[in-house]
Amino acid sequence: MATEMREHTVQEPRDVPPDRQWSRDAVENRVFGILRWVVIAGLLLVTLFPFYYMGLLSIRALDEVILDPGALWVSLSELNFDTYTSVLSSPDSGGQGFLVFMRNSALVAFGTVALTLLVALPGAYAVSRLEFFGRRQVSALFLSVYLFPSILLAVPLFVAFTRIGQRGTLVGLLIVYVSQIVAVSIYMLRNYFDTIPVSLEESAALDGCGRLSIMWRISLPLAMPAIVANGLFVFMIAWNEFLFALLFLVEDRDKWTVSLGLSQLAGSIEIPTTVLMAGSVILTVPIIVIFFAAERLLTEGLTAGAEKG
Amino acid sequence: MSHIPVGGTGTASADAATPEPEPRDESRGKSRGPLTRSDARAGLTLISPTLVIVIFMVVLPILWTVMLAFRPLSLLNLATSGLFGTDFTLDNFRTVLTASGFGGSLLTTLVYSVLGTGSAIVLGLIAALAVRRTFPGRTFVRAAMLLPYVAPVVAATFVWRTMLDPQFGIINHWGTRLLGWDEPIAFLTQQSNPISLLGVEFSLPTALLSVIAFEAWRSFPFAFLFLTARLQAVPATLEEAARVDGATPLQRFRYVLLPQLLPTIAVLSILRFIWTFNSFDDIYLLTGGGAGTEVVSVRVFNYLTATGNIGLASAQALVLAAILAVLVGIYLKRFAPQEEKT
Repeated sequence: MATEMREHTVQEPRDVPPDRQWSRDAVENRVFGILRWVVIAGLLLVTLFPFYYMGLLSIRALDEVILDPGALWVSLSELNFDTYTSVLSSPDSGGQGFLVFMRNSALVAFGTVALTLLVALPGAYAVSRLEFFGRRQVSALFLSVYLFPSILLAVPLFVAFTRIGQRGTLVGLLIVYVSQIVAVSIYMLRNYFDTIPVSLEESAALDGCGRLSIMWRISLPLAMPAIVANGLFVFMIAWNEFLFALLFLVEDRDKWTVSLGLSQLAGSIEIPTTVLMAGSVILTVPIIVIFFAAERLLTEGLTAGAEKG
Repeated sequence: MSHIPVGGTGTASADAATPEPEPRDESRGKSRGPLTRSDARAGLTLISPTLVIVIFMVVLPILWTVMLAFRPLSLLNLATSGLFGTDFTLDNFRTVLTASGFGGSLLTTLVYSVLGTGSAIVLGLIAALAVRRTFPGRTFVRAAMLLPYVAPVVAATFVWRTMLDPQFGIINHWGTRLLGWDEPIAFLTQQSNPISLLGVEFSLPTALLSVIAFEAWRSFPFAFLFLTARLQAVPATLEEAARVDGATPLQRFRYVLLPQLLPTIAVLSILRFIWTFNSFDDIYLLTGGGAGTEVVSVRVFNYLTATGNIGLASAQALVLAAILAVLVGIYLKRFAPQEEKT
């Protein structure tokens, strides 16, 4: 941890002479020393509380929430997991059918990951390694796609997919996702390929490997961390996406993704908020698990090419 | 762009005159020869699937939007009228620009983007400075602060809506009890709220401020991440020299750290501004565009789905993109030379 070592050297000197105890420097040091912890505590509270509250409401009974909306914890006797069975079970048995939504989300998200990587890996390799005509223009094009507002793209894609009759299908949505993500994905992967020394590939070439075999045997295994990070990143985008899911799938409840399902049901007065909170937990937990499992990999990825939002 | 170590590999590749099928060498990328030609072919082959997807799913649709914007087209007559008609007209733009509420909506979008971007970056900067030095649990704190950014927007907006609910929301519950609010505040459904501060009466755009607060909460981690990375790259010697010279922490921030961070802040501002200006999900999910929070992207959506008027939706989307392009252009022109200096 080179950075942490460096940060230690910036530590303030402990032996302040008495006459300088109330100098501007000493006062500022003391104030910021305290302020720092206040800020950290405040930020943690603000970032974590909504998620805590989400989990809390999902395991409380609705009548108790209405009786005491300000409670910050739940007593063991109050614990209530019926919300989860209610939100997961199918509408026929009185539930909200989130199991079906989860299946849809998973299908779209895994499909997007597979297809994006399949397309982006060769592309990223080409942009990083091979000198071809128009390489620079292609990179510029991909960057502008990354900055492009999705609301502007929503109009023509909505119209076109309506016209060819593919608007209500998961496959249609999947294709839209891939087209939106593939440019960012190439950008992230290219950055990683750039860091792999060419000499490794050269020695493989000397040993008689062709270009494809070099890619397959040398570059891909070396790029594995980046590929995994990129896959997780794509999964998160596809799992979280809302606008296109809304435009494409809203008419058919059996096709809803978890995001779309929660947003549609959140408007209804008949469904208890606690049940919908259970739905929110179901929507959020996969993302939190992925994020904490691969935090280091992902933060590097996020800085390289952050979510379009 | 490619980081190719040229030195050292030369001799190895000079010996590569071997009967192997196709030994290629990137370090010779600039030279003209059969190897570069086959590399060029391989490069185009490998990039072409992406290129096809991007051209058919992004570039052409956008060009097509321009055509749609000049045609009287709705979802109802979509099946009968051709996809590429020539019945061009300026009516859509006229309608969109003179529609009631367009000016107000544009102003809302601007206020939302400027304040949302600004507060997210300030918050991100404060967070980055606070967790700069090591302490036990710093890794966890850093990860926790990224949660609002990675969490699904639908879940995050739903929790916020519940927390801010006037009847059983926890914010109003504690606000009325601890902070002495006279009555619960309808954060997301009230357009404005009269406030009296030090005897001055004025009204605050409640719902707009609430969605800006949400935007700050949701996107400050993005700024935090970038600024943290930049802070780590600031040479420790710079600050140490300033400290030896007697600079106080505030002075060190103002004269040593801030100049180092400014280019990053400039890039962050433009990225966040572009995204916030076009953002749809957050506001649509929080307020549905009601109570004075109707940004232009929500109007595009409503033209498209509620009225099914493709022509109007396209025209409105183009107007939004054009205004954004002008604003970004002005920004780049104004600030780009300064960035180069730092």
